[in-house]
Amino acid sequence: MSGETTNETWEEIVVRVLKANEVSLVTYVPDNVLSRLIRLIEADPFFTVVAPAREEEAVAIVTGAYMAGKRGIALMQTSGFATIVNALASLACPFQIPLLLMISERGTLGEFQQGQAIVCRTMRPVLQSLGIEHFAIQERAHVEFVVDGMVRQAFATQAPAALILSPLLTKRAA
Amino acid sequence: MSNIEPNVTRDGAVLLNRTALTRRLVAKLKSEEAVVAGIGHTNFDLWASGQRPQNFYMLGSMGLATPIALGVAIAQPQRKVFALDGDGSILMQLGSFGTVASVAPKNLAIIIWDNGAYHITGAQKTLTSSTVDLVEMAKGAGLKQAQWAADEEHFDALVGRAFTEDGPWLIVAKIDQTKPAGVTERDPVKIRLNFMNGLKASA
Ligand SMILES: Cc1ncc(C[n+]2csc(CCOP(=O)(O)OP(=O)(O)O)c2C)c(N)n1
Repeated sequence: MSGETTNETWEEIVVRVLKANEVSLVTYVPDNVLSRLIRLIEADPFFTVVAPAREEEAVAIVTGAYMAGKRGIALMQTSGFATIVNALASLACPFQIPLLLMISERGTLGEFQQGQAIVCRTMRPVLQSLGIEHFAIQERAHVEFVVDGMVRQAFATQAPAALILSPLLTKRAA
Repeated sequence: MSNIEPNVTRDGAVLLNRTALTRRLVAKLKSEEAVVAGIGHTNFDLWASGQRPQNFYMLGSMGLATPIALGVAIAQPQRKVFALDGDGSILMQLGSFGTVASVAPKNLAIIIWDNGAYHITGAQKTLTSSTVDLVEMAKGAGLKQAQWAADEEHFDALVGRAFTEDGPWLIVAKIDQTKPAGVTERDPVKIRLNFMNGLKASA
């Protein structure tokens, strides 16, 4: 893949890389940082989009679809991630599901809500203790390489993967 | 049973048995339908009714059988998919009724075994033993084809409709508290691979 143009937004790059990897199911519980990405995905007929009530459902739907032959990704924010730990530990990890998560990182680098700041600090220790591959993308120039690499590795190694969207990517002026 | 849509309530439903009903369901499966069975007794009885490759036995993840089955139904719209779960489990994930209703998969049927208890953890009472009616909850969430099974024949008739008519369906059976007929062999990767082979899936 070398289609990157200098004026693509990070959201446009994500969409392009998901399509190139045939990740066609997107489930999400929204976050403001994800709103433009969600709009792009919902406007693109390539994607099947499901917006359930809880992040656990989002994870379970992607898991069921994977077992039936369709690749998917679940989008959420850090607070949502905190609600899916049991689903990761009892479903995605032991059943070896290449569950893709895209998590917008809230609660750091200029957050004003204390709850988000505190829950944010639980995310990496949880991912580490579950042995889940994760990487925080900080620069637009890295989006294609990281997303593509993590998606391909997840399916090649039958393992969940968490793509974290750092405020350095999503909030800093370009 | 002549009347396929009697106006049954939880109180009016005959007390049925999960082992017997699971076997009746499995006996009707002819076209490689997928069955996703929730935590504990629900998947134990599915296991005990014969290990089809199209069965998925969910080991932990209380409440997630329905959304897993929804994912299967989305990925393979030509295949009928059944989700089986207990009342305690679905009470944890009632939003999934709304999710299923809004996605509206024609090929999905949800069957809930309502024994009014968290049986496997010591039979503590669930909310359905007091005020919550799962059929009414489902209807409120937009699952119009939601019904109590009045008795065994009515259960069969409802399952029969789920085979021949568009879903999504929800069938709730009021069941007794006898133990399941077996225990699932707990090997997650083997369960997943068998299921994926049964569904002829690779991704
Ligand atoms: C999130 C979570 N909370 C609690 C438990 C403990 N637990 C395991 S099975 C179960 C009861 C399940 O009840 P139900 O779905 O009604 O099935 P039954 O045992 O009655 O057949 C509970 C509370 C769990 N596994 N996960």
